[in-house]
Amino acid sequence: MIDRARTPRSVGIAGIALGIFAFWVTVPPFTTRFFGIPVVLGLAALGLGAAALVQGERRLGSFALGFGFIGMLGGLWAQGVDEATLKDVLTAGLLASTLRFATPLAFAAMGGIFSERSGVVNIGLEGMMLTGAFFAVWGSIWSGSWVVGLLMAMVFGALLALIHAFFSIHLRADQIVSGFAVNFLALGVTGYLFSDLYSSGIETNDVSRVPTLSLDFLDDIPGIGAFLHDVFGGLSLLVWLMFLAVGLTYVVLFRTPLGLRIRSVGEHPRAADTVGISVYAIRYLAVTTSGVLAALGGAFLSIGFVGTFSENMTSGRGFIALAAVIFGKWRPGLAFLATLLFGFGFALAIPLQREAGISENLVSTFPYILTLVAVAGLIGRSIPPAADGRPYVKQ
Amino acid sequence: MSEATPSEPTPEPGLPRITNIFYERIGGALVPLAATALAFLIGGLVVLITGHNPLTAYRAIFNGTGFNWFFPWVTGDERRIAAKDLQETLRVTTPLILTALAVAFAFRAGLFNIGGQGQYWVGFMAALFVGTHLHSLPRPLHVIVGLGAGIVGGMLWGGIAGFLRATSGAHEVITTIMLNWIAIFGGQYLYELGGPLQGTNASLPRSDVIDASAKLWVWWGTFPGLHVGIFIAVAALVVYTLILNRTTLGFGIRAVGFNPDAAAYSGIPVRRNYFLALAIAGGFAGIAGAIDVLGFKYSIDTSDFGSGIAFTGIAVALLGRNKPVGIFFAALLFAGLQVGTSSRNLDPAIFPPELATDLSTMIQALVIFFVAADVLIIYIWRLRRHLKVGRPLKEEPAKT
Repeated sequence: MIDRARTPRSVGIAGIALGIFAFWVTVPPFTTRFFGIPVVLGLAALGLGAAALVQGERRLGSFALGFGFIGMLGGLWAQGVDEATLKDVLTAGLLASTLRFATPLAFAAMGGIFSERSGVVNIGLEGMMLTGAFFAVWGSIWSGSWVVGLLMAMVFGALLALIHAFFSIHLRADQIVSGFAVNFLALGVTGYLFSDLYSSGIETNDVSRVPTLSLDFLDDIPGIGAFLHDVFGGLSLLVWLMFLAVGLTYVVLFRTPLGLRIRSVGEHPRAADTVGISVYAIRYLAVTTSGVLAALGGAFLSIGFVGTFSENMTSGRGFIALAAVIFGKWRPGLAFLATLLFGFGFALAIPLQREAGISENLVSTFPYILTLVAVAGLIGRSIPPAADGRPYVKQ
Repeated sequence: MSEATPSEPTPEPGLPRITNIFYERIGGALVPLAATALAFLIGGLVVLITGHNPLTAYRAIFNGTGFNWFFPWVTGDERRIAAKDLQETLRVTTPLILTALAVAFAFRAGLFNIGGQGQYWVGFMAALFVGTHLHSLPRPLHVIVGLGAGIVGGMLWGGIAGFLRATSGAHEVITTIMLNWIAIFGGQYLYELGGPLQGTNASLPRSDVIDASAKLWVWWGTFPGLHVGIFIAVAALVVYTLILNRTTLGFGIRAVGFNPDAAAYSGIPVRRNYFLALAIAGGFAGIAGAIDVLGFKYSIDTSDFGSGIAFTGIAVALLGRNKPVGIFFAALLFAGLQVGTSSRNLDPAIFPPELATDLSTMIQALVIFFVAADVLIIYIWRLRRHLKVGRPLKEEPAKT
C-alpha cells in the first residue's frame, strides 16, 4: 500500500490535487484569508510535481507543476477580493454559461475529429461554422421555423465541406491551404449574401430561435436541485443536441464498423483500400459529417443564442475547436473536456470584468495561452492519425 | 496533424508529367494567372446572379485602384484622383508584400505560418512604443530604432512558435493561430480604457500619436501621401531572395523544407532551422506592422485589431508561389482589390461597396483554391485544348 502511494504516478496526482486545493480553500465555502495557506499548498504541489518529474512521470508531473502554480496565484488573487464579489463571480450561472460557450466549440470539435480521423485535416471548420450561422438565420427567417434554419445550416455546411473534400481528396490540394481557402470563401459568401439580402440589418424578432428547454422538475430534487436547475434548467435545445453529438461521435467512431473504417482510412489508407474499403467514399463521408456538425455549432451562435447574424461572427471559434481536437488527442471525450475548459475561460471573462474589474481582454487571452501550453506538450505528445493530411492516390 | 509541406509541387504517380511543363511555362506564372482569371470569372458570375452588371462593377473597382494613373490619356482632375488612389493602393501593397514574405519564408522550410497576423501586431505595437515613449531621438535614428523594434517584436512572436515547433514538435498552424489571438486580445488590453499603454486622452481606447521624428518620410503626394515603406518592402523581397539563395542559412532552410529527414542525415540542424525560419518570417511581418504605424497610422485604436491584412498576405504568398516577383504582383492585385472596393473609392450607384468588399474576399478564396489545386487548372486547360483541337484528353504528349 505504501509502495503504491510512492509511485511517481500517485505523487503527480497528489500534486495536482494539492494545486487545486490551494485555490479551493480561498473561495466559498472555505474562504481562508491567511495568505500562507495557498502559498504552502501551492509550493507543496510544485514540490510533488517536481518529484514526479524527476522520477520520470513527465505528464502528471508537469500537470502538477501547472496546477500548483495556477492554484497558488489564483488563491492569492482570490484572497485579495472580498467574499461577496467571489460569490458573484463563481455562480451556478457560470457553469451554465460555460456550457453555452462550449456548445459551438464542441460541435465543431466533433466535426474536426470525424474529418481528421479519416485523414483529412480540416482547418476550414471556422468557415463551415460561419456558413452554418448564416444559413440558419436565412432559413429561419425565410420559413419562420428554426427547424428549417437548422436544416439549412446543415445542408450548406455539408456543401462547403464537400468543396473542401473535393479539393483535398480528388484534387489532392494541400489540405491546410484548402481549408484556409474554405474559411475565406465562407467569409466572402456569407458577408456578400448578408449585405445583399439584409442591407438594413436583421430584425431579431423575425428570426425563429431554437427553443430553450426549461427543466423545472430539477428544482424538486432535494439538496442539489436548486443548483442543478441553475445549471441545466434553462439551456437551449442545441446544448442537449451537443451532448448527443458528443456521445454519438464516440459510439460511431469506436463502437461501429463504420467508425473502424473511418479510423483505418485515417491511419493506413493503403491497407484499408486493400481490404476493400473505399478510401475516397469514407473520406467524403467523414468530411461532409464534419461540415454538418460544424454548421450546427455555427447555428447555435446565430439562432440558438443571439438570434441574429453579423459578419465574421464566429471570430476564430473554429480554430479553437481545432485546438480542442488536438488538445483532446483526437478523442471525442477528451476533446469535449477541452472545449469545456475553453468555455469556462470565456465564461469567466465576463463576470471577472464586471465584478472584479479584471480586463475582459486580458482574461480572454487565457484560453489561448492554455492551448499553447497544452499543445506544446505539457500533456504529453498528442499524436495525430498516421495519414492525417496526406492525400491518397489509388493504385 | 502531419508534416504537411505546402511548398513546391511534387510529382505524383496519378498525374501525367504534363504538370512539369505547366510549371515551366512563362516562369511558372501560368497556373497563378489562370487561377486569377478563373476566380474573377466566378466572382463575376456571383455578381451577375445577384442582379448587378459584373463588367461595370469590375471597371468601377479598377478605377478605384488608381492603376488608371498609368494610362497617359487620364488627365486633369481624374489624374489627380487616380494618383491619390494609387498612393493608397501602394500603401496597402507594402504590408501585403511583407506579410506574404512571412508566409513564404516559412513555407520554404516546410512550415505554414498563419501567425503573420500576430507577428504584424506585435511589430506594430513595438514600433508604436518606440514612437510614443522614446523621445528626443534625432529623426533618422528614431525611425530606424522604431523599424528595428518592429522586426524584433515580430521575430519574438514568430520565434515562440518556432521554438515550440523545434523543442516539442507543436504544430505551427495551431501555435501561430493561438499566438494571433493572444496578440490581438493582449493588444486590446494594452490600449483599452484604463489599459497600461492607453494614451493621454483617458476617454478613448487608443494610444498617443508617435513623435514627428519617428514618422517615415512621405515622398509622393500629401495627406497622407505615400511613405517610403514600399521601397523597404521591395528591398525585403531582395533580402528574402538573397537569404534563401545565397547564404548557408537559406540553404539549410530550403533543405529542411524539401526533406527534413534527408537534411538531418546530412548534418543540417533541422530544429534550429525550424526556429530560425519562423523567427525570420516573424521579422518580415513585424516590419510590416512597424511600417504601417510609422508610415501612416501613427497611433492605434483597439478597434484597429479587426484588420485582417496578414490573412490577405497568406493569399498573396500562395498566389505568388513564394517567388519574389510573383509576390510583388500578387500583392499589387490584392491591394488593388482592397482599395478599389473600399467605400471611399467605389461609387455606391454602380456597385455597393459593402458587397464589393466581400466579393474581393470571395475572389481571394477562389484564387487560393485554384492555386492550391493546380490539377484543376491543368485539367481545364487541357479540356480547352481538347475542345479546340478535338483530341482525346488522354493523349497529351509529355514534352521534356
